[in-house]
Amino acid sequence: MALKIITKRCKGCGICAALCPKKVLAVNEVEKVEAVNEKECIKCGQCEQHCPDYAIFVEK
Amino acid sequence: MSTEALIDKYFRPGRLPHIWCPGCGNGIVTGCIVKAVEQTGLTRDEVAVVSGIGCSSRASGYLDFNTVHSAHGRALPVATGVKMGNPKLNVIVVTGDGDCTAIGGNHLIHAARRNLDLTVVLFNNSIYGMTGGQYSPLTPFGSKATTAPYATIEHDFDVVELAKAAGATFVARGTTFHAQLLTDLIVKGMQHKGFSLIEAVSACPTSFGRQNKMGGPVEMILWQRDHGVMKAAWDKMTDEQRQGKFPIGVLHEDNSKVEYTVAYDYLIKKAQEGKK
Repeated sequence: MALKIITKRCKGCGICAALCPKKVLAVNEVEKVEAVNEKECIKCGQCEQHCPDYAIFVEK
Repeated sequence: MSTEALIDKYFRPGRLPHIWCPGCGNGIVTGCIVKAVEQTGLTRDEVAVVSGIGCSSRASGYLDFNTVHSAHGRALPVATGVKMGNPKLNVIVVTGDGDCTAIGGNHLIHAARRNLDLTVVLFNNSIYGMTGGQYSPLTPFGSKATTAPYATIEHDFDVVELAKAAGATFVARGTTFHAQLLTDLIVKGMQHKGFSLIEAVSACPTSFGRQNKMGGPVEMILWQRDHGVMKAAWDKMTDEQRQGKFPIGVLHEDNSKVEYTVAYDYLIKKAQEGKK
């Protein structure tokens, strides 16, 4: 797992999903982010850098 | 150190998730502050965080430094006291646009004038978020707010120019979209010996975005990407191209002025020698 998502902290704002260049992330029906296409992740760190809730981290 | 480890290190345990709304930029700016502290290599005991009142000022409650959550608009006077009491502390002032430029407006210009070694991180979300969306002195002209349902007819401050004119010796602006830049600017501000102000343009999707039909958190952060222009590019732009945009980066630096605590030490020495 390259991505670590702390679901308890996520408020579903969708910033990470929108900024992800590879469309790895999506906000699900309960307004929490999830990795829908994790193998595409290039570990650019955009999600981690822009998450206002410290809910997603890229493990390098 | 990984970002996750940084959050665990500098945030008070058990305080997350924070109270800020979904998509609020305050979390990003607070994250940038802890990354900046880590980069400066200071320990938690060497840093003091002083905040006023407002959404942004809640940050001091989450951070595990020496912190004060002071009265509305009075973050700078309290920080001045902290710095004068112990000049070895690196004091970071966390304040919002209303807190810093309306209620604490005079404190801002006088702290800047004195050139006391404080690092002010001004979270500018263009609105009073916590109290329900009233317009602040940094709400852009023509924007809607709870107290301006037909749009505000008051012109907004350019806080960078204001601080510059008041005598601040380091003035910069970043946005939550340009988070890496913002971290670098806070590091520079902390390392600068003198009064530094870093304006962090942040989004308030709940109170500002909704009333002004700016879209949700995503549209608001992309707005920052499209309207923030790096200083080098800004300098080459014509007035027409600059319309509606704002410069980001280090916008003013002056190392010629003596810092307040240094001048104060000199004064004490002089008084002790009995000279006038």
